[in-house]
Amino acid sequence: MHDLLTIGKHDFRSRFILGSGKFSLGMIKAVIEHGGVEMVTLALRRANIGGEANILDYLPQNIVVLPNTSGARNAGEAVRIARLAREIGCGDFVKVEVIRDSKYLLPDNYETIKATEMLAKEGFIVMPYMYPDLNVARALAEAGAAAVMPLGAPIGSNKGLCTKDFIKILVDEINLPVIVDAGIGRPSQACEAMEMGVAAIMCNTAIATANNVALMSKAFNLAIEAGRAAFLAGPGRVLHSLAEASSPLTGFLED
Amino acid sequence: MTKKRLNHMEYLDWMELIETDIMDRVLRSAEAYLCRQYTGREVESALVKDHLSPGDFCSLLSPAAMPYLEDMAVKARLETRKKFGNCVHLFTPLYISNYCDNYCIYCGFNCRNKICRGILSLDEVEAELEAIAATGLKDILLLTGENRSISGIEYLGEAVKLAASYFPAVGIEVYPLNVAEYLFLNKCGADFVSVYQETYNPQRYAQVHRGGPKRSYPYRFHAQERALLGNMHGVAFGALLGLGDYHQDAFAAGLHAYFIQQKYPHSEISLSVPRLRPYINNRELFPHEVSEKQLLQVMLAYRLFMPYAGITISTRERATFRDHAVGMAATRISASVKVGVGGHKQKEKGDQQFCIADTRSVKDVHQMIVQKGLQPVYTDHVRV
Repeated sequence: MHDLLTIGKHDFRSRFILGSGKFSLGMIKAVIEHGGVEMVTLALRRANIGGEANILDYLPQNIVVLPNTSGARNAGEAVRIARLAREIGCGDFVKVEVIRDSKYLLPDNYETIKATEMLAKEGFIVMPYMYPDLNVARALAEAGAAAVMPLGAPIGSNKGLCTKDFIKILVDEINLPVIVDAGIGRPSQACEAMEMGVAAIMCNTAIATANNVALMSKAFNLAIEAGRAAFLAGPGRVLHSLAEASSPLTGFLED
Repeated sequence: MTKKRLNHMEYLDWMELIETDIMDRVLRSAEAYLCRQYTGREVESALVKDHLSPGDFCSLLSPAAMPYLEDMAVKARLETRKKFGNCVHLFTPLYISNYCDNYCIYCGFNCRNKICRGILSLDEVEAELEAIAATGLKDILLLTGENRSISGIEYLGEAVKLAASYFPAVGIEVYPLNVAEYLFLNKCGADFVSVYQETYNPQRYAQVHRGGPKRSYPYRFHAQERALLGNMHGVAFGALLGLGDYHQDAFAAGLHAYFIQQKYPHSEISLSVPRLRPYINNRELFPHEVSEKQLLQVMLAYRLFMPYAGITISTRERATFRDHAVGMAATRISASVKVGVGGHKQKEKGDQQFCIADTRSVKDVHQMIVQKGLQPVYTDHVRV
């Protein structure tokens, strides 16, 4: 069975997107291999093109680069960063990040919608990082987003699916891949998100700060695959307390 | 006739006033901070919290926290990893002039010191930048003494334009400016501003800043706010630890940064922890000498109070201390540092501001970071 993740016109076998911002670059190849990763984010502001510690020198050739607009404080800056990324050969994918708060790193949904609209018109495959709000997700879809990337918890917090109920609403209502972006701290949380129908998981801190990053990457991959399989299988009914009689309320009926 | 000395809480005519209450709030809080009133119980309580209040920050800076230094270090390392991952940012300063009108009794550049003064011509600035860029660095900090006629705003603008043509990230550590001047330098290519208050205690400030524009305490205090109003991305804060009581100064510097971040949430905040180093007969002038342990306490308290803030570790500190500080609390480290005027390409044109304890090259510092299992980061800014 082919169960592909489609973003724009591109298909991916892997539903595990790797954030690269917190890694030791020497480890990144092993993390990609153990995690079966096909897409890796790239912060343009960190890409030391032609210089020391340039992430592009560490990525295998077959990896799709997802440049992000980190550092952008408004839509205009995000658009300019995306254009720069395209100019240096990073392709048409872009993860829009517009952040106006250096403390919590929460996305500015309003500016994100504006940037998404401008970039989609320029032919980018736009994947916006967002706070999970249904109205915003609808506006992003309308603006031309190829996926939406709601946060599970604040970036780097490893707190898991704090926004679970709201992400579920997006899964139910938005006809685009919903990719949980920030806050996933453990493979079990990634699995839980996938079970409820999320299309993919993006993860960085939880792996970059693990004692054995390659093994943790493998664990995430397995958890994501397990969660996806469970979603496709359709989980059975889960009882919340004691077992129930088969028809406790309607058993009195005779015909 | 003797010229009347400026009241240290007043402004000179050309100094811009902005509407803000941050200085009053910081000074009120610093004055009320009695560091010896805290107990181990308050430190323990702060150490189990996810988000620390200014009150918790007080306890971590207090003498009561000293027995908990290891616990603070463990938690600070975790916070640093959560927020910054494995990344350690490399940069270097370039002094372009040491002419100075200020009489700051602790500073090598002060106007009464008979030192060799120098200013780099723009050709010399470019030669220095070229030499620094050849080391692989992408983040530079331009520094001057305070002399608006010799190293004026137009000169700074030209130097910043040159720097921006070689480096994606250009910071300035020059004399405090008005908003329009910060805007001008931002347009030239600077995005980061460092201004250190030296000591936050106004009386002590007046004692050690005896003349020159720097004597105006409030004008210097509000520099970061004017810089952000002038479209700068990030601002750095710090006290020269040892000038006054370090508990109070570190508390006030941290609170200053905290209030600025609250008011300007988009700004990138960073803290520096320069320490007044011992020299002959300075105990009488500066009786508040700060030990390495106390310096580390300040860095750890900063990290726990403001996990999001960058922390820079100075070359005033010995290599071993710096190596341990990165990854634990510090996120920015300078390399291949010269503190005379120029010196990266040509012979230094002016004398040094202070002595450095860590003279390692970019390559050596890079290697040290890698050996610690961390990642040297050369650029973290894109100018758009």
